Amino acid sequence: MRLIARRLLFYFFTAIAAVTVDFFIPRLMPGNPVESVLAHLQGTVTPATIRSLELQYGLNSPQGLWGQYMTFWVHLVHGNLGLSTSYYPSPVTSVIRGALPWTLGLVGVATIISFVLGTLLGIVIAWRRGTWLDNLLPATTFFQAAPYFFVAFIALDIFATRLGWFPTGRAYNQLDFPALSTSYVGDVLYHAILPAGTIVLCSAAGWIVGMRNVMVTTMDEDYVLVAQAKGLAKRRVIWYAARNAILPSVSGFSLAIGFVVSGALLTEIVFSYPGLGWILLQAVGARDYPLLQGIFLIITFAVLIANLAADFVYVFLDPRTRQEA
Amino acid sequence: MSIGTGTDLGGTGLSGIGVGGTGPAAQAAGSLPPPVTGPVRARRLHLPRSPKIIAGLAMLAVFLILAIVGPLLAPYNPSASSSTTNGVPQPPSAAHWLGTTQIQQDVFSQLLAGGRSTILVAFLSGLVATVLSVLVGVSAGYLQGRWMDDVLSMLANFFLVMPALPLLIVIFGFLPASGGSNDVLIGLIIAITGWAWGARVLRAQTLSLRARDYVESARIIGERGWRVIGFEILPNLLPIVASSFLFTVLYGVGTYTALAFLGLVNPVHWSWGAMLFWAQSSDAELSGYWWWYIPPGLAVAFLGTSLALLNFGIDEFINPRLRAAGLTRRRAKQAGGQGLPRRFELGLTPVVRVAANGATAGTAMTDRTQEQPS
Repeated sequence: MRLIARRLLFYFFTAIAAVTVDFFIPRLMPGNPVESVLAHLQGTVTPATIRSLELQYGLNSPQGLWGQYMTFWVHLVHGNLGLSTSYYPSPVTSVIRGALPWTLGLVGVATIISFVLGTLLGIVIAWRRGTWLDNLLPATTFFQAAPYFFVAFIALDIFATRLGWFPTGRAYNQLDFPALSTSYVGDVLYHAILPAGTIVLCSAAGWIVGMRNVMVTTMDEDYVLVAQAKGLAKRRVIWYAARNAILPSVSGFSLAIGFVVSGALLTEIVFSYPGLGWILLQAVGARDYPLLQGIFLIITFAVLIANLAADFVYVFLDPRTRQEA
Repeated sequence: MSIGTGTDLGGTGLSGIGVGGTGPAAQAAGSLPPPVTGPVRARRLHLPRSPKIIAGLAMLAVFLILAIVGPLLAPYNPSASSSTTNGVPQPPSAAHWLGTTQIQQDVFSQLLAGGRSTILVAFLSGLVATVLSVLVGVSAGYLQGRWMDDVLSMLANFFLVMPALPLLIVIFGFLPASGGSNDVLIGLIIAITGWAWGARVLRAQTLSLRARDYVESARIIGERGWRVIGFEILPNLLPIVASSFLFTVLYGVGTYTALAFLGLVNPVHWSWGAMLFWAQSSDAELSGYWWWYIPPGLAVAFLGTSLALLNFGIDEFINPRLRAAGLTRRRAKQAGGQGLPRRFELGLTPVVRVAANGATAGTAMTDRTQEQPS
C-alpha cells in the first residue's frame, strides 16, 4: 500500500505541474495571444470576446502573475476553463463535455482490445519461437512505425470509399436521434469499427513485441523448466511463464497510453469522429487558445487516471509490492 | 565472448563491445591479424550479422541520401502549380510520376523536398533528447540515493506520464507563425518531450553497472567521478544509448509528422506531414486520390521501420535470447547440425555458430560453455 500512496502523491504533483505548465505556456511564448486571435478572426469578434480573452491571459490586468495563477486555480476548481472563442459564447468545459465521452469510449475499448490481443499474440509468438510466426515481428514493426492517421487514411479509402462496407466518418447517423435504442447503439458500434480497428492494429504491435521479448526471457527461467519437467500440461506451463512475463507490460503502460491517446486523437480527425481530436483540430484551425489549453488539461488528467489504474493492477498482480508494506 | 555467450543484459553481451572483447573474439577470428584494435574489431564482427541490422541500415542510408540530395533532384518546384485552371488532382503520369495535388503541384517533387525537413527534425530531436537522457539518466544513476537522483528521477517520470502530443500542440499553438517553419526550433521542442524514457532506462542500467567490481575498483583507486562515468560506465552503456537514440528519432519522425499533419507547422514548409495535411484538408482519402497521401505516409512508415529494425537488432545484440534467426530449420540445416531438435522450448538458448573463416561449420550449442567444434 505504500507504493500506491507514493504513486498517488506523484500523480498529484504531476497534475499540479501540468496545470502550472498550462498556465505559463501562453505567458512565456513570444507574441500576444489576444492579438493573434484577433488577427485570425479579422474583425468578427465582439468587444466582449476581446475582454474575456484579455482577462484569461492577464492583459491589462491589475493582478500580478502570482495573483493570476491563483485565480486560474480558483477557476479550475470551479470547473471554469474560460470561454471558447470558436464556439463563443460556449464555455470550454461544455464544448469538451460534448466530445469527451466519444474519445473515452473509442480509446478505452480500443486500448483494452489491443492490450489483450497483443499480449496473447506475444505469448504465442514467444512460445512458437523459431517457427513462421517469427516473421510476424517485422510486419508489426511496420504498423508500429506508420502514423496512426496514415493507416486510418488507407482503411477509410479501401473499406469506406471503395468497398462501401463502413460509413466514411462521424460517430452515428446524422438522421438518427441520439436515444438509447438498439438501432442507435448498433449504429454507434457500426461507426466505431473502422476507427477502433485502426487504433488496435497500430497499437497492438507494441504489446506484441514487448510481451514476446519478456516471454522469451522468462521461458528460460528455472521455474518454467521445472514446471515442464514435472509434466504439467503445456497450457499450465505457458500460464506460469506468461503470468510473470506480463508485469513489464503493465508497468510500461504509462509510456504506451500517451502514444495511444495521441494516435487516437489523430485517427478521430481522419474519421471526423466527434471526439476530442476533432475539436482539437477545430481549435488549432481557429486559434482557439482557451479550448486548446482545456483539451490539454483534460487529456493529461485522463492519462494520469489511466496510469493510476495501471498501478493498481500492478499491485494486484505482483505480490512483492504488497509485502513491502 | 562470441554471440551465444551473453545471457543477461549486463553480462557478457554488453562487455563484449566495451572492455573485454579482445581475447575470445580474436580466438574465434582464427586467422585474423593480432587483435590490436580489439574492441573495435569485436564490434565490427558482431553487429552486422543480423539481417535486421543490415536491412535497417540499408533503408536508413537511402533515406539519409534522400535528405541530402532529394530537394535538388525534385523535377518541379514543390509549391508551384503547373496549371491554374484544373482543380482535380491528376493520377500518376509520365509528366508527374506520382500525380498532382488539387492545385496541380507535383507530388513527387513534394515527396523529395519534404524528406529533408522530416529527417533533419527527427535526427536533431533524437540527438538532443539522447544527450539529455544520458546527462540525466547517468548522473541520476551514479548519484543514487542523494537528493539529486530524486529530483532527476521525478523530472523524468513527470515527462514520461505527461501525454507528449497534447503538450506539444499547446506549445506549437502559441508559437508565432515565423517559428513554425524553423526546423532547428521544432527539433529542440520535440526533444524536450522525448528524453524521459531513455533517461529511465539508462538510470537503471547505470545502477547495475555502478555496483560492478571494475567500477568499484576504479573508484577505490581514486579515479574522479567524471572519469569513472566517462571511461568505465559510459562505454558499457553504448548499446542502450544507441537504442534510445533510435527510439527518439523514431519518436521525432512520428511527432513531427503529426504536428505538421495538424497544421501546427507552417504547411508551405514542405515535409511529409505537411503533404498529409494538404491531402486531409482536400479529402483525398474520401475521393480516392491515393497517389496524394500514400507516398508521404509510406515514406514515414518505412523510415520508422528502418529505425525500428535497427533497434530490434541492437536489442538482440544486448539480449541474445531474443534472436530467432539462429533457430530456423533452414539455418540449422545449413550449419549441418543433425542433432537439432525440431523446436527448442525451455531453458535452452540454442545458438547456431558461424565459424570465422566464412563457412558455416558451427553447430547448435545448448550449453554456454561448450567449445565450438570445427
